[in-house]
Amino acid sequence: MPPPRTRGRALGPRLAELRGPEVPPKALDARALAALAANPGCRRRALLDGAGVNKTALASALGSPSAFGMSQFAFMRGNAFEARVKADGGAELLRLVHEKLDPSAEPPAEGAVPDLAAIGPQGRAARTALALREASASGGWTLLDHPMLVLDVAGSPAFLEPDAVVVHPDGSWTVVEIKSFPMLDGSADPAKVGAAARQSAVYVLALEEVAVRLDSAPEVRHQVLLVCPKDFTNLPTAAAVDVRKQRAVTRRQLARLTRVEEIADSLPEGTCFAPDLPREELTAAVGALPATYAPECLAACELAFHCRSRSREEGAVTSLGRSLRAELGGLTTVEDVLAAAHGTAGDPGDATVAALRRAADLRAEALGEAAARREGTPCP
Amino acid sequence: MSLIATLSRLEAVRTGRAQAVATVRHRHLSERPLVLVPLTTAGEAGAPLGALVGTDRDAPRLLVVPQPRDRDLRFAFLAELADIVLPYVDAYAEVVEAAERSETDPESGKRVKVEVDLCADAPQLIVPSRTGIDFVRLLGRAMRFRRTAEQDPEAPHPAPPRVPLLGRWLTHFGERARVPGSSLLLALTDLLARHWATGQSSVEDQHLGALLAWIDPPGGESGDAAARRAELARDADGQLLCPPAGPATDPAFDNKLLAPAIERYDRARAALAASEDGLEADDRLGDLTAAEQEIRALVESRTRPTWDAVWRGLDLLRELPEGAHVADRWTRDRWSFTSHRDRISAGEPPQPRRDDAVTAANKLATREREQARLDAQEALDDPLVMAGRRLAGEAFAGEVTEVVMAYSEGRRPSPRPLVTVRTEDRPHLGERTKVYRSLGGKPQAAEFVGYDGPEGGDLLVLRIVDKMGRGKEPEEGSVPQKGDPVCFTLFEHDQRGGAKLPDPEETPWTHGGPPGEPDAVPLPEQPDPPTEEDTL
Amino acid sequence: MTAPASPVLNPGAAAARATDAILRDTLHGTHRGVVVDSPPGAGKSTLVVRAALELASAGRPLMIIAQTNAQVDDLVLRLAEKDAELPVGRLHSSDTDPYDKALDDLPNVRKSTKAADLAGLDVVISTAAKWAHVKGVEPWRHAIVDEAYQMRSDALLAVAGLFERALFVGDPGQLDPFAIVGSEQWAGLSYDPSASAVTTLLAHNRELPQHRLPVSWRLPASAAPLVSSAFYPYTPFRSGTDHGDRRLAFAVPSDGSGADRVIDEAAGAGWGLLELPARHTPRTDPEAVRAVAQVVRRLLDRGGAATSERSEEPVPLTADRIAVGTAHRDQAASVRSALAALGVTDVVVDTANRLQGREYDVTVVLHPLSGRPDATAFHLETGRLCVLASRHRHACIVVCRAGVSELLDDHPSTEPVQLGVTVKFPDGWEANHAVLATLAEHRVAWRPSD
Repeated sequence: MPPPRTRGRALGPRLAELRGPEVPPKALDARALAALAANPGCRRRALLDGAGVNKTALASALGSPSAFGMSQFAFMRGNAFEARVKADGGAELLRLVHEKLDPSAEPPAEGAVPDLAAIGPQGRAARTALALREASASGGWTLLDHPMLVLDVAGSPAFLEPDAVVVHPDGSWTVVEIKSFPMLDGSADPAKVGAAARQSAVYVLALEEVAVRLDSAPEVRHQVLLVCPKDFTNLPTAAAVDVRKQRAVTRRQLARLTRVEEIADSLPEGTCFAPDLPREELTAAVGALPATYAPECLAACELAFHCRSRSREEGAVTSLGRSLRAELGGLTTVEDVLAAAHGTAGDPGDATVAALRRAADLRAEALGEAAARREGTPCP
Repeated sequence: MSLIATLSRLEAVRTGRAQAVATVRHRHLSERPLVLVPLTTAGEAGAPLGALVGTDRDAPRLLVVPQPRDRDLRFAFLAELADIVLPYVDAYAEVVEAAERSETDPESGKRVKVEVDLCADAPQLIVPSRTGIDFVRLLGRAMRFRRTAEQDPEAPHPAPPRVPLLGRWLTHFGERARVPGSSLLLALTDLLARHWATGQSSVEDQHLGALLAWIDPPGGESGDAAARRAELARDADGQLLCPPAGPATDPAFDNKLLAPAIERYDRARAALAASEDGLEADDRLGDLTAAEQEIRALVESRTRPTWDAVWRGLDLLRELPEGAHVADRWTRDRWSFTSHRDRISAGEPPQPRRDDAVTAANKLATREREQARLDAQEALDDPLVMAGRRLAGEAFAGEVTEVVMAYSEGRRPSPRPLVTVRTEDRPHLGERTKVYRSLGGKPQAAEFVGYDGPEGGDLLVLRIVDKMGRGKEPEEGSVPQKGDPVCFTLFEHDQRGGAKLPDPEETPWTHGGPPGEPDAVPLPEQPDPPTEEDTL
Repeated sequence: MTAPASPVLNPGAAAARATDAILRDTLHGTHRGVVVDSPPGAGKSTLVVRAALELASAGRPLMIIAQTNAQVDDLVLRLAEKDAELPVGRLHSSDTDPYDKALDDLPNVRKSTKAADLAGLDVVISTAAKWAHVKGVEPWRHAIVDEAYQMRSDALLAVAGLFERALFVGDPGQLDPFAIVGSEQWAGLSYDPSASAVTTLLAHNRELPQHRLPVSWRLPASAAPLVSSAFYPYTPFRSGTDHGDRRLAFAVPSDGSGADRVIDEAAGAGWGLLELPARHTPRTDPEAVRAVAQVVRRLLDRGGAATSERSEEPVPLTADRIAVGTAHRDQAASVRSALAALGVTDVVVDTANRLQGREYDVTVVLHPLSGRPDATAFHLETGRLCVLASRHRHACIVVCRAGVSELLDDHPSTEPVQLGVTVKFPDGWEANHAVLATLAEHRVAWRPSD
């Protein structure tokens, strides 16, 4: 498919301009793609991610560095665990896939582990597609260790590297996600499982793109295998996770990423997000992109501290939580809400204003009553 | 979130100070709580790194695991923790008072009153944040199935003597903490957030330092600036000035300070093990001690600010007068504590890994009942909470404008006075909706009869239906008079007990049959098999 | 009804075949339980009554467990209507007004607060909550559990000891039961007390026969395909009537207002969307509330008549054949007072929870997401929209602010995932999109100043 044209220019070069001269695009990984669903209404994030801007560097350049860091303990343990899961040609991993997802198939005696080495991501992706095809035809169990998949994201390829993909004897494919948080007595932190499911859904979508190109059109299973340490040990255990919902959401959000072009068009000519630009210039450039900051961003986006400061400066009520807005109708700033509540602004006939005044009156009445009680005077 | 809570947050933004969302203290605070500030090792599924623990704010005990991957060092930590927590718990277990409880008599099947011991007070555990409560549960789960050498001489890696018992107690605290309104185990962030609204979101309120900064900002600073500093400010070394309240640590601390210190400790230990004579060993022991001291100092430096913050938070809470029903709920905590004490002394096995069907259903029923009780009691105790219920149409307050005596029909007419209340509230009333007011601490019921005037107007006519005595005329003071301020709720003040569920041995076929059937969990439960690389 | 040309069974025959199989399993099967999924208006109550009568006439006394007192009373009345001689016991609580006064007129219905007083009667009916207090009685050989998908697992646990075998009937697409406290601790357990009774039952008894009623007699041909595909993707059903079997006509012609235009659209197509300009509003959006009231007023004023297979002659569209559905109680209260201001006092206005199981000719729905700045799990819950979109025999008119589709797209999806919990389909997000897509084809844009 030819890239879409914008103002007579291809989107690719236009996005390169936004990143800044000689700034390479930051590759979108599955985690970043999955995070698109965390705040899909945010145009700032959509554009910056879509253009491959390095948000970590941008946040530092804006003076609000992101707080995401990784402890080396966690890193070491994650690596050690993954190595353990895949030891012995993935015997334990294949056993888990068989047990949890495909118990009626013949048990894996010795699984094939094809060599996926190739030059460059394109080469590795091609090598992976070939290995998948061969494995599907083989009728046995195959483990693809760190395969390379490619997914079309708003017209440009994103290269994705799942922990593993297992090919079943019936030719179907399963995504394997290895995490180092524990499964304790069969359950695990639901927020972390949810994040793993969203990430896996991206891999499932990428695998589906490979599958449709094969004559045999092998099935990409919608249940992925989540492998975690069991209880307080370093021994692997696993659970099947149905990612159909996450797949549907991610698919729709990816389709909507074509908006990137439209957002890019709305920016003033010459806008650039190169981290070496002066802070004021960057602040203005980022400010030209409408954001929908909410406190949940703090856990999901590198730019969150910057957006939080802006949001607070603007007095946006959503900086105190998305749910706050539910009863505030068209009022969106702290100042407007308080003015309406205290009767200095707003139409008392308006339902929101009336409710706010009632709430403010009741609050004042109760606080007054409590103060009177503390003073020792009986309440009226 | 109710509009009143929303307004409180917005007022906090405007004033730079947290705003009250409660005018009384809704949770019990012990005279002598045990505070626990734990730290864990990143990635090691709950492996403890250390803790500050104790009842004396000026003299916390510092426990440290210099190499969290070492089973013996972890066991030593748990044994030390048991030596602090268990005597604290035991002190409350020993002092009892006589109380009555109704039980089903096994012979007659009737409910009878029996006299039993009730612990006069109960222990109270305070952790900094909600994740601290999760960690208490995790510790409980890890320890309660352990076997000591005495219990099982064959056990590989036997646990220190009192560790399984500590596990059972921590499990009990952790489970009790799921009961709404309970106070045996509390997270300070939850406790503070229940009483104050800050100018930040509830997500950010999980940070103890930031939360306290809003409630009690240092000097004349605004809560916003103080909170931001608590959250983000770092020293020249890149370390947070206000370390996270744990149990997770800051990655910059792990990478820059802790990892090198642990590495030095490991080297010193290896060197000691390799020493060839006594003199050399002495030297190297000194190195090891120094390395251990360094880790201890690091752990203390990360936990002490949180420890102090917890006590400061408790001070702030103590300034609030206690809600009227708080003692009632604390009595329920005392019952809970007493019955677990009794289960242990009766030699019952530790709590299973998973509840059976009947236990799960009973717990859910209890918690729903306690939630409803808590919601009602907090509203009755606190005009600010009641204001929220009034705004939501679940209660109304106003003034009595008219009382008309009326009587029920039948052979023995009883008083059924009609009371008209003028209110600006807009309760969700339908025909014959039951409403309740507190009369001398007991709920008096009335029925909504209709509006005096237009539908949805401000004059409500109620018919009082009980608590007026046995005679034909109502007892003195049992009927509100013209001009009296009244407050009625649409919710009940008391909670009825639910139906009794079958015993676990009588679990029906729809729920898998009784435990002990083929697919049920074997009881008592087996310990976790130790492996080479356990984390807890 | 025209005979279908296809070899597929006609709706009546398909429904009869399903019912026969259910009764066969219930009366003569070897399994302890039989589960019947019934989509909206598929004749669930008829099935319950018929199964009860057949069991009773076979000399097999039974207990019936329903979820609310209104459901219990309704079943008692239906049983008496079918067989006035049948001895029925109505077990009730000791609260004031524990049952419908209409039961007092039925000579063969005995009422009591004690199960022992009702021993030996052919059928004894009560709510699950009341049954839970019944102890020390000989178990019934048969039970029917009605609205089993709205019953919580713990409620079934409390009563399952009272019977040996049971027929479980319910609608899987309606609102799930809920707990007012967290129950994550038991998520993934087969007997999670907060799950639905059917979920637990089937987790422990996979071999039980499961049936479904394949035909909705309530929903018109215009509604069944959408409701089926959006809310019952894996258990499709169809309408018992065909296009043209039902007609809604108005004597008074349209005055060109938004209300009249959407009424005409819905009369013709079965669906109508009255779309107000996009705006963030409080829950009780006064304009939307007024629009709902206006539509109801005009439905009554325009002399509507409903033609259906139920009667030879068109039936006047009266107030009792119209209902308004909302998501929240305060919305219902606002609509009621707006209606009162227009002189309408006898149209049912209620929340989805309370409209479950009810049926009307025309429903007017305030869309749960209308005017909201954000969507929440509550507002996205599939069952809520399903209930609201499946109460009507002729037409459903939805009043909504523009912009809901964008709101759905901007909704963050960061749901936690519990291991071992079966993913429930359909997803609220997708179901909402599906319904909106259909409604968009029947859109009448309206500005309140019109």
